[in-house]
Amino acid sequence: MWLYSLIFYLLAAVILSSTLLAITRRNLVHMVIYLIISFFGTGLLFFLLGAPLLAALEVIIYAGAIMVLFLFIIMTTPSEGDQEKLKGEDPTCQSCGPIRLLHTGLPILLATTLLVVAGLFIFADPEIRVALNPAMASPAVFGRFLFERYWFPVEVASFLLFVGLVGAWYLGRDGLGAGSMARVPQSEEAESENRGEA
Amino acid sequence: MAVYGQVILLGMMLFVIGGACVLIRRNLIMILIGVEIMLNAAGIVFIAASLRWGALDGQAFVIFIMAVAAAEVAVGLALIVYCQGRSGSINADTYNTLKG
Repeated sequence: MWLYSLIFYLLAAVILSSTLLAITRRNLVHMVIYLIISFFGTGLLFFLLGAPLLAALEVIIYAGAIMVLFLFIIMTTPSEGDQEKLKGEDPTCQSCGPIRLLHTGLPILLATTLLVVAGLFIFADPEIRVALNPAMASPAVFGRFLFERYWFPVEVASFLLFVGLVGAWYLGRDGLGAGSMARVPQSEEAESENRGEA
Repeated sequence: MAVYGQVILLGMMLFVIGGACVLIRRNLIMILIGVEIMLNAAGIVFIAASLRWGALDGQAFVIFIMAVAAAEVAVGLALIVYCQGRSGSINADTYNTLKG
């Protein structure tokens, strides 16, 4: 049981510290990397608490799909994070060797801790497996439960995802956002420039 | 299970971190990230409760939380791109058209 507690405290420390680091980053790509570490830790925590299917879904949906979507939007929008600059993050600073070491060392430390915890899961002695097994809800049992007891909310959730898809398409289609609204002032500017030249 | 209270504490701290991210950061993307962290914290507490009472209902709710989070992120990011195209900025402080 002490290994169980050790894994929990390690995971809690990794999740909390990486989330805290994520929300204080200026660079949004660094923020995404820290959050991916945090979501991997959360997935391991779900596994520890007896939800293997949700652990897989956490990694696939949160760390995979949602974070890649964020990364995509961060890459396509001009970097607005530079405007929120705080002091102490000057890249040309000479005396920030330790700080820069911390910046590269912390993600490595967090990721290594996660790997060690995952290794503890895989190579844990049989005793621990026995301690964890009674609480474990296998994906088959959980899926059967979900579609027997909660079939209607599942349908509602699928409809919600469909509405989200249509909403995202509607907001992102040509002629609504970046298209027409940005084009009108640009053409006016071009016209005024032409008039000025004339 | 003795761990239950500690998991609740972890979820609470994560929720507070997410809320602080929503309130403090001015970047729209960071505000959306804060909401994600808060939903994730709620999921952790649901799974801990599911283990504590030996019922699968908590895990079922986490599935729905994930669906809501995915839909929210899709629409939210589309809105951010739309606002960015309209006003040229994703800084929440610049949206002050209604200010007298």
